[in-house]
Amino acid sequence: MPESLTRAVRWDTVVGALLVVVLLLSFTTVDGFGNALNLSFLIGNTLPIALIALPMTLLVVSGEIDLSVASTAGLSGAVMGALWNQGMAIETIIPICLVIGVVCGLVNGLLVTRLGLPSLAVTIGTLAAYRGIAQIVLGSDAVTDFPTQYLDFAAGRIGDTFVPYALLPFLVLLAIAVVALHATPFGRSLFAIGASEEAARFAGIRVKRQKLVLFVLTGLMASLTGVFWALHYASARYDNATGLELSVVAAVLLGGIDFDGGKGTLGGAIAGVFLLGALQNVMSLQDVSAQSQIVVTGVLLVLSVLGPRVARQIAVARAGRRSAAAPPVSKAPTPTS
Amino acid sequence: MTHPSDTGPAPVLALKGISKSFGAVRALRDVSLELFPGEVHALAGENGAGKSTLIKTLAGVHRPDTGQVLLDGAPVVFHGPGDARDAGIAVIYQEPTLFPDLSIAENIFMGRQPRKALGRIDHRATHDATAALMQRLGVDLDPDRPARGLSIADQQIVEIAKALSFDARVLIMDEPTAALTGSEVARLFGVVRTLREQGAAVLFISHRLEEIFEICQRVTTLRDGAWISSEPLDGMTEDDLVRRMVGRDLEELYPKQDVTPGEVALSVRRLTREGVFTDVSFDVRRGEIVGLAGLVGAGRTEVARAVFGVDRWDAGEVEVDGRRLTNGAPSTAMAAGLALVPEDRRAQGLVMDMSIERNIGLTGLRTTVKAGLMDRGAERSRSLDWAVKLQVKYARIADTVNTLSGGNQQKVVLAKWLATGPKVLIVDEPTRGIDVGTKAEVHRLLSQLAADGVAVLMISSDLPEILGMADRVLVMHEGRLAAEIPRTDATEETVMAAATGRAAA
Repeated sequence: MPESLTRAVRWDTVVGALLVVVLLLSFTTVDGFGNALNLSFLIGNTLPIALIALPMTLLVVSGEIDLSVASTAGLSGAVMGALWNQGMAIETIIPICLVIGVVCGLVNGLLVTRLGLPSLAVTIGTLAAYRGIAQIVLGSDAVTDFPTQYLDFAAGRIGDTFVPYALLPFLVLLAIAVVALHATPFGRSLFAIGASEEAARFAGIRVKRQKLVLFVLTGLMASLTGVFWALHYASARYDNATGLELSVVAAVLLGGIDFDGGKGTLGGAIAGVFLLGALQNVMSLQDVSAQSQIVVTGVLLVLSVLGPRVARQIAVARAGRRSAAAPPVSKAPTPTS
Repeated sequence: MTHPSDTGPAPVLALKGISKSFGAVRALRDVSLELFPGEVHALAGENGAGKSTLIKTLAGVHRPDTGQVLLDGAPVVFHGPGDARDAGIAVIYQEPTLFPDLSIAENIFMGRQPRKALGRIDHRATHDATAALMQRLGVDLDPDRPARGLSIADQQIVEIAKALSFDARVLIMDEPTAALTGSEVARLFGVVRTLREQGAAVLFISHRLEEIFEICQRVTTLRDGAWISSEPLDGMTEDDLVRRMVGRDLEELYPKQDVTPGEVALSVRRLTREGVFTDVSFDVRRGEIVGLAGLVGAGRTEVARAVFGVDRWDAGEVEVDGRRLTNGAPSTAMAAGLALVPEDRRAQGLVMDMSIERNIGLTGLRTTVKAGLMDRGAERSRSLDWAVKLQVKYARIADTVNTLSGGNQQKVVLAKWLATGPKVLIVDEPTRGIDVGTKAEVHRLLSQLAADGVAVLMISSDLPEILGMADRVLVMHEGRLAAEIPRTDATEETVMAAATGRAAA
């Protein structure tokens, strides 16, 4: 098995196992964790991270990143609130919000692919710009009076189970994303682009178009998340979802998606998302302050970049012991036939 | 020409019965080698024959498991590269690493500059010492020039000067000519001859046999880690040397089949990319191998990139099989039946971290698909099929390509493109850095493809390869097509004359 694959598989397993351990520990030691209501809160509060993590995983695999997602979500929520105040029907507003997300993604994508700017810099810029526009659109208002059936769908759960309604459409999106990344030519091309953009281009892969598509998808999912956020918390404000990009990136990297691109699995990324969500839930139950939770998220981000690297070094060291400093195979004598 | 004989001078450096294993791999088995002052000694062998291990043993990087290293007849043990350097052994690598922002003089005397009072660096003395070294080498390089922007050839000269400043008596040159142009090779050989006359011993490694015959007096051949022979080159032929390297009679290195060219498959008309190449027009017919020759930087690779669509062109047009190609769109070029085996296989030809299977699969993302999803079975059998056809040597098809030797990596690139069933195949330096056995295999393959009706455009800086394989030779000079020479008239002289702009064709 190639080193890259074994490493990805191993790290996936590590994060998955870690998630199981954290859940088991929380069930047994944290008061109030195991009941269905809390679990539905945990899932509902994690869904915004999870929704954006889907396209973010694809983006990072292809070697790019989008830090403007939380601002796009905020802008989408602000527009939603402003238009609702104007008396527009929610059925009209939501598609408009999604179009705005597409436009936000398109701007990021065009700046990166047409002008060749690094996505890290571009999206830090649009992170500020989109949030600024959100504030212009809605000011400091908080819009809360959305139609009840929408609020109920976004915040409610199926009967007395731990399953929020919103989990079901997410699972559909997750399935689509898994197939797209791991079973289609599109997904295959993303791994190639992330591992070697030049080699991908020389193989006839339309690198710029694929990246543009990803940025647009990311904008779309970010705006959908903005709509969900406003309904889930029954509050549309310009500062909705502030800082969410940190959680998304931390979760995705924690899930073993290589920051340099070309490696990782969506399963790992989603395990990372729910690991982070579970930790945040436990910290809330233990009355850990929001500020401290951000510290934990930041530390996790650093660890998640370190983790796979350490795992790889251990793997290399092990391989080294096995074959005692063997030279690469290319140096080995090869019989000529 | 003076040959060291049994009664002549003692070897300055000798290896006696050296063996070295890495795990289960025996890289060197009972290898001996003697280097005499005033000789240029070739080390020949295919990729993987043990040349690199031998060099590293001489340079103090590896310590042999058994056997002795003798310096002036006395056994020595090198504990590291520093020991070897202090003993007067210097290695000049293919691509030197200089500090780009320091001057040539500062690079040479890095860390041991002549000092003045209070430990200040004596720039004047550094400059003069460097100028003296350059004069000794018979080269005109300004000691105060920064290393940034020096050609690879000039950087090698700086490395050689540095070696001399350490009083090196043994110079090991590991494929120094691989990245040099013809005139740069000539200058390097001039320097090597000067060194030889001054009594240095030079161990010279090159895949280009004609260079070995030009510059060396004796040759030691390795095969599969074992010593095969050490002998004078006088009276030997290239075939003799190849036979020792591969252990059998090599089928012809240039097995060109005669074909009658068919219809035009690739048509390039007035193609121009501003400042890079201008007004380039040519056709390649089915069944033809057209060689594209020229000096490095003449614009050959750039034309190939533009034709394939990796770069855009500013004017002109390209047709493949009668279909006009879109500017700057490799995917449409592929769909029209064009394939490009690029110059740099590690950066452009392959995704090094991906498996053999998936690298070959990258060109099949449109074909090995069922209902919009990857058909993994079809992908695997397509990849296996071509890896076997091209006799790629690998352990598992799921191994990453960076575990393969250079020659086998090149075969994977070829497999990846042949799997698309191209009508037109452009190969850019198809055999650079691969051993002679694999080289012959690649040539046989290209010849067979042409015979099967593929139009082949072959860019190469290896003149014998161009002359041996091409039905026609196009020569570029400074961004323009300078000459078209039919196979019967193509000689080193006619091609080089056109490439250097000396002949109007």
